[in-house]
Amino acid sequence: MIFPALFFYLFAGVCIAAAVMVIAARNPVHSVLFLILAFVNAAALFILLGAEFLAMILIIVYVGAVLVLFLFVVMMLDVDFAQLRQGFIQYLPIGAFLGGILLIELVLVLVSWTIGPDVQRTIATPIPPIASMLNTEALGHVLYTRYVYFFQAAGVVLLIAMIGAIVLTLRHKPHVKRQNIADQIARTKATAIDIVKVRPGQGL
Amino acid sequence: MTIGLGHYLTVAAILFTIGIFGIFLNRKNVIIILMSIELILLAVNVNLVAFSAFLGDLVGQVYALLVLTVAAAEAAIGLAILVAYYRNRGSIAVEDINLMKG
Repeated sequence: MIFPALFFYLFAGVCIAAAVMVIAARNPVHSVLFLILAFVNAAALFILLGAEFLAMILIIVYVGAVLVLFLFVVMMLDVDFAQLRQGFIQYLPIGAFLGGILLIELVLVLVSWTIGPDVQRTIATPIPPIASMLNTEALGHVLYTRYVYFFQAAGVVLLIAMIGAIVLTLRHKPHVKRQNIADQIARTKATAIDIVKVRPGQGL
Repeated sequence: MTIGLGHYLTVAAILFTIGIFGIFLNRKNVIIILMSIELILLAVNVNLVAFSAFLGDLVGQVYALLVLTVAAAEAAIGLAILVAYYRNRGSIAVEDINLMKG
Protein backbone atom coordinates (compact mmCIF):
# COMPACT_ATOMS: atom_id res chain seq x y z
CA MET A 1 0.00 0.00 0.00
CA ILE A 2 3.05 2.24 0.02
CA PHE A 3 3.09 2.68 -3.74
CA PRO A 4 0.01 4.91 -4.19
CA ALA A 5 1.34 7.32 -1.57
CA LEU A 6 4.79 7.23 -3.11
CA PHE A 7 3.42 7.98 -6.56
CA PHE A 8 1.21 10.72 -5.19
CA TYR A 9 4.18 12.48 -3.63
CA LEU A 10 6.23 11.98 -6.79
CA PHE A 11 3.59 13.43 -9.12
CA ALA A 12 2.54 16.22 -6.77
CA GLY A 13 6.14 17.22 -6.13
CA VAL A 14 7.07 17.31 -9.80
CA CYS A 15 3.84 19.17 -10.60
CA ILE A 16 4.50 21.89 -8.03
CA ALA A 17 8.17 22.20 -8.95
CA ALA A 18 7.23 22.56 -12.62
CA ALA A 19 4.63 25.18 -11.72
CA VAL A 20 7.27 27.16 -9.85
CA MET A 21 9.56 26.95 -12.86
CA VAL A 22 6.74 28.18 -15.13
CA ILE A 23 6.70 31.53 -13.39
CA ALA A 24 10.41 31.68 -12.66
CA ALA A 25 11.98 30.58 -15.95
CA ARG A 26 13.84 33.24 -17.91
CA ASN A 27 12.83 31.99 -21.32
CA PRO A 28 9.07 31.76 -22.08
CA VAL A 29 9.69 28.68 -24.22
CA HIS A 30 11.04 26.97 -21.10
CA SER A 31 7.97 28.23 -19.25
CA VAL A 32 5.67 26.53 -21.75
CA LEU A 33 7.65 23.30 -21.53
CA PHE A 34 7.48 23.35 -17.74
CA LEU A 35 3.74 24.01 -17.99
CA ILE A 36 3.47 20.88 -20.14
CA LEU A 37 5.35 18.95 -17.43
CA ALA A 38 2.99 20.31 -14.78
CA PHE A 39 -0.08 19.32 -16.78
CA VAL A 40 1.21 15.81 -17.47
CA ASN A 41 1.82 15.31 -13.75
CA ALA A 42 -1.63 16.69 -12.94
CA ALA A 43 -3.04 14.14 -15.38
CA ALA A 44 -1.15 11.45 -13.46
CA LEU A 45 -2.76 12.72 -10.25
CA PHE A 46 -6.16 12.46 -11.96
CA ILE A 47 -5.39 8.85 -12.81
CA LEU A 48 -4.53 8.21 -9.16
CA LEU A 49 -7.93 9.68 -8.30
CA GLY A 50 -9.68 7.34 -10.73
CA ALA A 51 -10.65 9.98 -13.28
CA GLU A 52 -9.00 8.42 -16.31
CA PHE A 53 -11.11 10.17 -18.90
CA LEU A 54 -10.24 13.62 -17.58
CA ALA A 55 -6.58 12.63 -17.41
CA MET A 56 -6.62 11.62 -21.08
CA ILE A 57 -8.51 14.78 -22.02
CA LEU A 58 -5.97 16.83 -20.11
CA ILE A 59 -3.11 15.27 -22.04
CA ILE A 60 -4.78 15.24 -25.46
CA VAL A 61 -6.55 18.59 -25.37
CA TYR A 62 -4.31 20.55 -23.06
CA VAL A 63 -0.83 19.28 -23.76
CA GLY A 64 -1.64 18.38 -27.36
CA ALA A 65 -3.51 21.47 -28.43
CA VAL A 66 -3.54 24.39 -26.03
CA LEU A 67 0.05 24.29 -24.85
CA VAL A 68 1.33 23.66 -28.36
CA LEU A 69 -0.64 26.75 -29.33
CA PHE A 70 1.17 28.61 -26.56
CA LEU A 71 4.47 27.32 -27.90
CA PHE A 72 3.54 28.50 -31.40
CA VAL A 73 2.66 31.98 -30.22
CA VAL A 74 5.75 32.31 -28.03
CA MET A 75 7.99 31.30 -30.90
CA MET A 76 6.08 33.35 -33.48
CA LEU A 77 6.22 36.65 -31.63
CA ASP A 78 9.64 38.18 -31.92
CA VAL A 79 9.69 39.90 -28.55
CA ASP A 80 12.60 40.92 -26.39
CA PHE A 81 11.67 38.85 -23.37
CA ALA A 82 14.63 40.05 -21.32
CA GLN A 83 13.17 43.53 -21.42
CA LEU A 84 9.82 42.19 -20.28
CA ARG A 85 11.49 40.74 -17.22
CA GLN A 86 12.49 44.15 -15.93
CA GLY A 87 10.97 44.75 -12.53
CA PHE A 88 10.87 41.06 -11.70
CA ILE A 89 12.63 41.70 -8.40
CA GLN A 90 10.63 44.85 -7.82
CA TYR A 91 7.34 42.95 -7.93
CA LEU A 92 8.68 40.06 -5.85
CA PRO A 93 7.84 41.44 -2.37
CA ILE A 94 4.24 42.41 -3.13
CA GLY A 95 3.65 39.16 -5.00
CA ALA A 96 5.16 37.11 -2.19
CA PHE A 97 3.11 39.07 0.34
CA LEU A 98 -0.22 38.53 -1.43
CA GLY A 99 0.61 34.94 -2.32
CA GLY A 100 1.55 34.26 1.28
CA ILE A 101 -1.73 35.74 2.54
CA LEU A 102 -3.66 33.63 0.07
CA LEU A 103 -1.77 30.47 1.02
CA ILE A 104 -2.36 31.10 4.73
CA GLU A 105 -6.07 31.60 4.07
CA LEU A 106 -6.27 28.40 2.05
CA VAL A 107 -4.36 26.48 4.75
CA LEU A 108 -6.74 27.86 7.40
CA VAL A 109 -9.67 26.65 5.31
CA LEU A 110 -8.02 23.26 4.91
CA VAL A 111 -7.34 22.63 8.58
CA SER A 112 -10.67 23.87 9.91
CA TRP A 113 -12.90 22.02 7.54
CA THR A 114 -14.86 18.79 7.59
CA ILE A 115 -17.33 17.16 5.25
CA GLY A 116 -20.86 17.58 6.55
CA PRO A 117 -22.73 14.42 7.51
CA ASP A 118 -25.61 15.12 5.10
CA VAL A 119 -23.36 15.28 2.05
CA GLN A 120 -23.45 11.56 1.42
CA ARG A 121 -27.24 11.66 1.13
CA THR A 122 -27.33 14.49 -1.41
CA ILE A 123 -25.02 12.94 -4.00
CA ALA A 124 -26.51 13.56 -7.43
CA THR A 125 -24.88 10.81 -9.46
CA PRO A 126 -22.83 8.29 -7.50
CA ILE A 127 -19.74 6.86 -9.15
CA PRO A 128 -20.59 3.28 -10.16
CA PRO A 129 -18.21 0.57 -8.93
CA ILE A 130 -15.27 0.08 -11.23
CA ALA A 131 -16.20 -3.55 -11.85
CA SER A 132 -19.53 -2.67 -13.43
CA MET A 133 -18.60 0.40 -15.44
CA LEU A 134 -15.41 2.22 -16.38
CA ASN A 135 -14.90 5.88 -15.65
CA THR A 136 -15.29 6.98 -19.28
CA GLU A 137 -18.50 5.01 -19.71
CA ALA A 138 -19.97 6.31 -16.46
CA LEU A 139 -19.10 9.88 -17.41
CA GLY A 140 -20.74 9.41 -20.80
CA HIS A 141 -23.89 8.02 -19.19
CA VAL A 142 -24.15 11.12 -17.02
CA LEU A 143 -22.94 13.71 -19.50
CA TYR A 144 -25.22 12.77 -22.38
CA THR A 145 -28.39 12.34 -20.33
CA ARG A 146 -28.64 14.49 -17.29
CA TYR A 147 -26.15 17.18 -18.26
CA VAL A 148 -26.72 17.22 -21.99
CA TYR A 149 -27.52 20.92 -22.01
CA PHE A 150 -24.26 21.69 -20.25
CA PHE A 151 -22.52 19.60 -22.85
CA GLN A 152 -24.20 21.56 -25.65
CA ALA A 153 -23.33 24.83 -23.93
CA ALA A 154 -19.68 23.74 -23.81
CA GLY A 155 -19.87 23.07 -27.53
CA VAL A 156 -21.29 26.53 -28.15
CA VAL A 157 -18.50 28.07 -26.07
CA LEU A 158 -15.90 26.28 -28.18
CA LEU A 159 -17.63 27.30 -31.42
CA ILE A 160 -17.72 30.95 -30.39
CA ALA A 161 -14.09 30.80 -29.31
CA MET A 162 -13.14 29.29 -32.66
CA ILE A 163 -15.02 31.94 -34.63
CA GLY A 164 -13.58 34.68 -32.43
CA ALA A 165 -10.03 33.46 -32.87
CA ILE A 166 -10.45 33.27 -36.65
CA VAL A 167 -12.00 36.74 -36.84
CA LEU A 168 -9.25 38.20 -34.68
CA THR A 169 -6.33 36.77 -36.57
CA LEU A 170 -7.58 36.58 -40.17
CA ARG A 171 -5.87 39.13 -42.33
CA HIS A 172 -6.62 39.93 -45.97
CA LYS A 173 -3.52 41.03 -47.78
CA PRO A 174 -4.33 43.43 -50.62
CA HIS A 175 -1.55 42.35 -53.00
CA VAL A 176 -2.19 38.64 -53.06
CA LYS A 177 -3.53 37.46 -56.43
CA ARG A 178 -6.45 35.11 -56.17
CA GLN A 179 -8.24 33.05 -58.76
CA ASN A 180 -11.67 34.43 -59.63
CA ILE A 181 -13.52 31.62 -61.37
CA ALA A 182 -16.55 33.75 -62.34
CA ASP A 183 -14.28 36.20 -64.15
CA GLN A 184 -12.50 33.40 -65.93
CA ILE A 185 -15.73 31.81 -67.13
CA ALA A 186 -17.25 35.13 -68.19
CA ARG A 187 -14.29 35.80 -70.49
CA THR A 188 -15.21 36.03 -74.19
CA LYS A 189 -13.26 36.60 -77.35
CA ALA A 190 -14.28 40.22 -77.39
CA THR A 191 -12.95 40.96 -73.90
CA ALA A 192 -9.92 38.71 -74.04
CA ILE A 193 -8.06 40.06 -77.06
CA ASP A 194 -7.59 43.50 -78.38
CA ILE A 195 -6.83 43.81 -82.09
CA VAL A 196 -4.53 46.67 -82.85
CA LYS A 197 -3.91 47.73 -86.42
CA VAL A 198 -0.32 48.69 -86.87
CA ARG A 199 0.44 50.75 -89.87
CA PRO A 200 3.65 50.00 -91.70
CA GLY A 201 6.58 52.13 -90.69
CA GLN A 202 4.90 53.81 -87.73
CA GLY A 203 4.91 51.42 -84.87
CA LEU A 204 2.71 51.83 -81.88
CA MET B 1 0.44 6.41 5.11
CA THR B 2 -2.77 6.88 3.23
CA ILE B 3 -3.45 9.73 0.85
CA GLY B 4 -6.64 11.58 1.72
CA LEU B 5 -8.64 14.42 0.34
CA GLY B 6 -6.52 16.92 2.27
CA HIS B 7 -3.38 15.97 0.37
CA TYR B 8 -4.98 16.71 -2.99
CA LEU B 9 -6.51 19.93 -1.70
CA THR B 10 -3.08 21.01 -0.47
CA VAL B 11 -1.56 20.40 -3.90
CA ALA B 12 -4.39 22.40 -5.49
CA ALA B 13 -3.96 25.25 -2.98
CA ILE B 14 -0.21 25.42 -3.67
CA LEU B 15 -0.81 25.42 -7.44
CA PHE B 16 -3.41 28.17 -7.07
CA THR B 17 -1.04 30.29 -5.01
CA ILE B 18 1.76 29.79 -7.51
CA GLY B 19 -0.60 30.97 -10.24
CA ILE B 20 -1.53 34.14 -8.33
CA PHE B 21 2.13 34.71 -7.49
CA GLY B 22 3.07 34.32 -11.15
CA ILE B 23 0.61 37.02 -12.21
CA PHE B 24 2.24 39.48 -9.81
CA LEU B 25 5.78 38.39 -10.60
CA ASN B 26 5.52 38.68 -14.39
CA ARG B 27 3.38 41.76 -14.65
CA LYS B 28 4.90 42.83 -17.95
CA ASN B 29 4.65 39.59 -19.85
CA VAL B 30 1.15 38.70 -21.03
CA ILE B 31 2.14 35.20 -22.11
CA ILE B 32 3.32 34.23 -18.62
CA ILE B 33 0.16 35.79 -17.18
CA LEU B 34 -1.94 33.58 -19.45
CA MET B 35 0.09 30.57 -18.34
CA SER B 36 -0.50 31.52 -14.71
CA ILE B 37 -4.23 31.60 -15.40
CA GLU B 38 -3.92 28.10 -16.85
CA LEU B 39 -2.21 27.02 -13.61
CA ILE B 40 -5.05 28.51 -11.55
CA LEU B 41 -7.66 26.68 -13.64
CA LEU B 42 -5.65 23.48 -13.27
CA ALA B 43 -5.76 23.92 -9.49
CA VAL B 44 -9.54 24.34 -9.68
CA ASN B 45 -9.77 21.15 -11.71
CA VAL B 46 -7.66 19.22 -9.22
CA ASN B 47 -10.03 20.39 -6.49
CA LEU B 48 -13.12 19.35 -8.43
CA VAL B 49 -11.76 15.92 -9.33
CA ALA B 50 -10.49 15.30 -5.78
CA PHE B 51 -13.89 16.10 -4.27
CA SER B 52 -15.58 14.02 -6.96
CA ALA B 53 -13.39 11.02 -6.16
CA PHE B 54 -13.57 11.22 -2.39
CA LEU B 55 -17.30 11.97 -2.15
CA GLY B 56 -18.16 9.41 -4.83
CA ASP B 57 -20.08 11.88 -6.95
CA LEU B 58 -19.53 11.99 -10.71
CA VAL B 59 -20.81 15.54 -11.17
CA GLY B 60 -17.48 16.98 -10.10
CA GLN B 61 -15.83 15.37 -13.11
CA VAL B 62 -18.55 16.68 -15.43
CA TYR B 63 -17.92 20.13 -14.05
CA ALA B 64 -14.17 19.74 -14.43
CA LEU B 65 -14.81 18.91 -18.09
CA LEU B 66 -16.71 22.18 -18.50
CA VAL B 67 -13.92 24.12 -16.76
CA LEU B 68 -11.46 22.52 -19.16
CA THR B 69 -13.59 23.63 -22.12
CA VAL B 70 -13.79 27.20 -20.92
CA ALA B 71 -10.06 27.25 -20.20
CA ALA B 72 -9.27 26.06 -23.72
CA ALA B 73 -11.57 28.71 -25.22
CA GLU B 74 -9.99 31.38 -23.03
CA ALA B 75 -6.48 30.39 -24.07
CA ALA B 76 -7.40 30.43 -27.77
CA ILE B 77 -9.08 33.83 -27.58
CA GLY B 78 -6.33 35.29 -25.39
CA LEU B 79 -3.58 34.17 -27.74
CA ALA B 80 -5.55 35.43 -30.77
CA ILE B 81 -5.90 38.85 -29.16
CA LEU B 82 -2.18 38.77 -28.36
CA VAL B 83 -1.26 37.99 -31.99
CA ALA B 84 -3.59 40.70 -33.32
CA TYR B 85 -2.18 43.20 -30.85
CA TYR B 86 1.40 42.33 -31.72
CA ARG B 87 0.65 42.86 -35.42
CA ASN B 88 -0.72 46.30 -34.76
CA ARG B 89 1.73 47.59 -32.17
CA GLY B 90 4.85 45.43 -32.46
CA SER B 91 4.98 44.88 -28.72
CA ILE B 92 3.18 42.84 -26.08
CA ALA B 93 4.29 44.72 -22.97
CA VAL B 94 1.34 45.03 -20.62
CA GLU B 95 2.05 48.65 -19.80
CA ASP B 96 1.74 49.62 -23.48
CA ILE B 97 -1.77 48.21 -23.61
CA ASN B 98 -3.61 51.40 -22.78
CA LEU B 99 -5.18 52.33 -26.09
CA MET B 100 -8.72 52.28 -24.73
CA LYS B 101 -7.88 54.41 -21.75
CA GLY B 102 -9.76 57.71 -21.80
